[in-house]
Order: sequence, then C-alpha cells, then structure tokens
Amino acid sequence: MEAAMGLMRRMPPKLSETALSALLSLLPHHSSDLLSQVDQPLQVLCDVECGKEFILCEYNRDADSYRSPWSCKYHPPLEDGAQPSSELRKLEIDANETFAIYRDQYYEGGISSVYMWEDDNEGFVACFLIKKDGSKTAQGRRGYLEEGAWDAIHVIEVGPDEDGTAHYCLTSTVMLSLTTHDESSGTFSLSGSIRRQMSMDLQVADGHLCNMGRMIEEMESKLRNSLDQVYFGKTKEMVCTLRPPAEVAQMRIPDS
Amino acid sequence: MADEEDAREAEQLSDTQKKEIAKWFLLNSPAGEIQYVAKDVRSVLDDDRVYNEAAAEAFPVLITSFGELEENEFLDPRTAQVAIVDHVKQACIDVRPATDEELPSPYIEEFRCSLDAEILKYVGEAYPKGICSVYCSKGKDVEGPGTEFELVVVISAARNSPQNFCNGSWRSVWNVEFKDDVQILELQGKLQVGAHYFEEGNVQLDAKHECKDSTIFQAPEESAFSIANIIRHHEAEYLTSLEACYTNLPDTTFKDLRRKLPVTRTLFPWHNTLQFSLTRDITKEFGIGK
Repeated sequence: MEAAMGLMRRMPPKLSETALSALLSLLPHHSSDLLSQVDQPLQVLCDVECGKEFILCEYNRDADSYRSPWSCKYHPPLEDGAQPSSELRKLEIDANETFAIYRDQYYEGGISSVYMWEDDNEGFVACFLIKKDGSKTAQGRRGYLEEGAWDAIHVIEVGPDEDGTAHYCLTSTVMLSLTTHDESSGTFSLSGSIRRQMSMDLQVADGHLCNMGRMIEEMESKLRNSLDQVYFGKTKEMVCTLRPPAEVAQMRIPDS
Repeated sequence: MADEEDAREAEQLSDTQKKEIAKWFLLNSPAGEIQYVAKDVRSVLDDDRVYNEAAAEAFPVLITSFGELEENEFLDPRTAQVAIVDHVKQACIDVRPATDEELPSPYIEEFRCSLDAEILKYVGEAYPKGICSVYCSKGKDVEGPGTEFELVVVISAARNSPQNFCNGSWRSVWNVEFKDDVQILELQGKLQVGAHYFEEGNVQLDAKHECKDSTIFQAPEESAFSIANIIRHHEAEYLTSLEACYTNLPDTTFKDLRRKLPVTRTLFPWHNTLQFSLTRDITKEFGIGK
C-alpha cells in the first residue's frame, strides 16, 4: 500500500486517473484505502429538474446514487437515501446560494456544491466543492489556456457550541492543471495537487456560514499563492539550474 | 467448470495485463525517479517474473534509441565502444570496442566528430551537468560527397535532489539532415523539459517545443560550428520563452483558473450577503459600479 501511494506521488498529476485505475486493478483488496486516500478530479451530474449541475463526492453519495444540493433528490432516484436534518438542510441551501456567488466572484464561472451532514459528536460536517474548467473552449475568459482545470475540496468539521464558541477544522485539497501552447514556447504544462489543514475557534454568533466561508477564502488564497510561488517557482528554479540563462553562460566568439 | 474458471479469470488480471500496467508506470516515471518507481512497481506487482519482462520492454525506450545496436547493446560513437546494459539492474555490465561495421565511414566520421567536438564545448558551457552525443542516423556508410546523410545530436541534463524533494530533466534531440544535392543543412530540434517538486504536495512541469532552422552545407568544421551556434541560439531562446511563461502565470494564465481577488478588489463579504440576494447579473453590475 505504501508502494502504491509512492507511485501516486510520482506519476504526473495529469495521469492520476489512469494511475489509480491501474493500481485498483493490481490491488483489488486495497480499493477502499486507495479511493479514500487518493485525490481524483471531481465528476459532475446534471440535476435536470433544476437545470443545474452538481458535483459528485463521497459526501453526497448513498449506494450508487448522488444527492443534488439544489433539489435534494438522488440521481438516479433512491428510496430512503440519506438526508440531512431539516435544520441542517436550511443551512445547506443557504451555503449553496452564497458559495455560488463567492465562486462566481473568484472563478468567473465554474460549478460549486455544498453538502452537510450531522456527525456523531453533536456537531456537523460540511463539504464545499468547486470545479472550474479554465480552458479557452470552456470558461477561460481570457483564452490563455489550451487546457486548464481547478478542483477544490474543502471539508470542515464543526464541533458543538461551547459557550458561544465552536471549533472548526478545515482540510482542503486543490488539484490543478494548466497547459498553454504557442509558437515560441511550444507546449507548457503544469499540474499538481496539494492538501492543507487549518483549525480555528470562532464565535458561533457570527454565523457558521460566515466562519466557514472566511476560512475557506483564506485557505484558497494561501493555496493559490503557494502553488504559484513555491511550487511552480521551484520547477522554474530547477529548469534554470539545468540550463542557466544566457546572461550567466559565456557566449562563444568565432575564431575566424 | 466453465463458470468457475470464468469467474477466476475475471477477478485476476492476466500476466500480459499486469506487465502492460507495470510498463505504463515505468514509462511515465518522472526524470531521475525511475529507481523509486521501479521499486514501488515491483512491490505492488508482487511477481518478479512479470516485473522483469516489463522492465526489459520499457527501458530500451528510455536510453536513446539512436545508439541502439541490439536489444542490450548501445554504441557510444565518441569512444567507439559498445556498452552492454542490464535493463533490470539499470547498469552497464560490460564494454567492448565497436566493430568497423558498427561505426560510420571515415567521410561521415569526419562530420560526426567535428560536430561532436563543437557540441561538447557548447554543452560544457551551457549545461552544468549535461551529457551529449552525436550519432549518424542515416547514411553511415556513405563514402563521399553526392549522397544525403543525417546526424543526430542528443543533449541531456538531469538534476536529482531527492533531499530537496525536487528533480528535473532537460532533453533535446536535433536531427541534422545534410542535403548534399541542394548543399543545405536542415535542422529540426525537439526539446523537452520536465521538473517535479514534491514536498508536501506534488507538482510537475512538462514542457515541449519543436523548432526548425537551416544553414549552408560546408566542410565538417565549419558546418559543426554553424550547427552548434544554431542549437545554442534556439535553446537559449526557448529557455527565455519558458521563463516568460512562468512570469505570466500569477496575473495572466492563472487568472483563467482563479483570480487572486474578486473584481471588487476586496474580500468576499460573507457577513453581508443581502446585497447578493438578487440575480448574478445584477451582482456583476454592483461589482463594477463599485
């Protein structure tokens, strides 16, 4: 299993779906471990009734059906599929509406979904998901990307109210890939994934949605900057180490 | 019974299927990480025989095919020696001098050798840890002027820093066609750069570029000089383009995925979303109006 995770870390992120299928067929007994530990790009279904798409994940799945956050119905239909309590459902509806606007402001397009469910500790868990296709044929506004994808999964565990404060624990995973193509630089492709955690104790009076939203916003900005400066930066550093730019190297002058 | 056998077959992968999967992992391994990938694949496969087959089939593609004579034998034209390689151990197990039939004719060798010398100088200056080689890919037995032939320049540089969680590789292959009839040299370059950074995350760069150029057919030394300069020029230009790609990332390319901040240039007002209770179009107007 350790060897399998090692392989997933080293394979190019763009090929992770194929790599995972390969591992699942080689190690069928470890399938549940593999599926829970390996991040995969998000899949989407259309809620035909509401005319909106929603994102699929473990948290809105029951058997082989997925619950839409818009209609709250399972696709394909499922009798007695798991549902949040009516109180939590209200918060879920609110969260979906607000998060859609947040998503629009930062992503200028894309799809988002929020799912909530009660947990065993008198608290609840919320999962905020975003999927953006930034390629120029999809929703890349400026047309820079031949191919571009951003998938974000934020899972927040919210503890019970203790004297007006609750403990929020956020685990965020971002998977992204981008490819540009032009005459002078050929094909340039960056892809990767990172996962981070953040915990805070916040006032319940501010509202769960507000607290969770702010944490997610902060986390996404941090991840975006980290990917851009640290991660992409390191690959750039490596390229310049392999072949230092011309100013550094000597130019050769013809003998004649 | 047939049913039972079918069930067993459906559950277990055939050896061929397992071998193909193992080959896939080996071939897609990032530069400099093959030993780690190989070790993990071997562990996951749990079948040494299948693993050895996969390794033997996967590895010839990784060592340059231009120098390949037989399945395990690779010619090094500079030293006129042949290395015998064990793919599984990824090591050279023996060396022998090349026979006359395996080497190019003296006429070709003059061109090859001059070019090799120029490329060695170039690579020595431009790449801190580069290696290179010049092979004759077409017309190695050509005796004198009047016939076309082709040389291939292969440059490779790799940097592995597993302790810094970073690996990278640069590979360029330049095909130089010596067109005797029109007295022109046509060059075609394929450059490929890769980098992998994996400290608490996993990010990979995969960049490719193709370019063409041409120059006049001259005597071996002059031709070599021109060729090396052309290669140097294109490769330096490519590096500059790559740097430009990186510079454009934060404010341009990345923006198509996610902006740094909304158009309003402020954080999202989570506590005050009443202003957004209308449709999205009105929201956009609101944002721009501000």
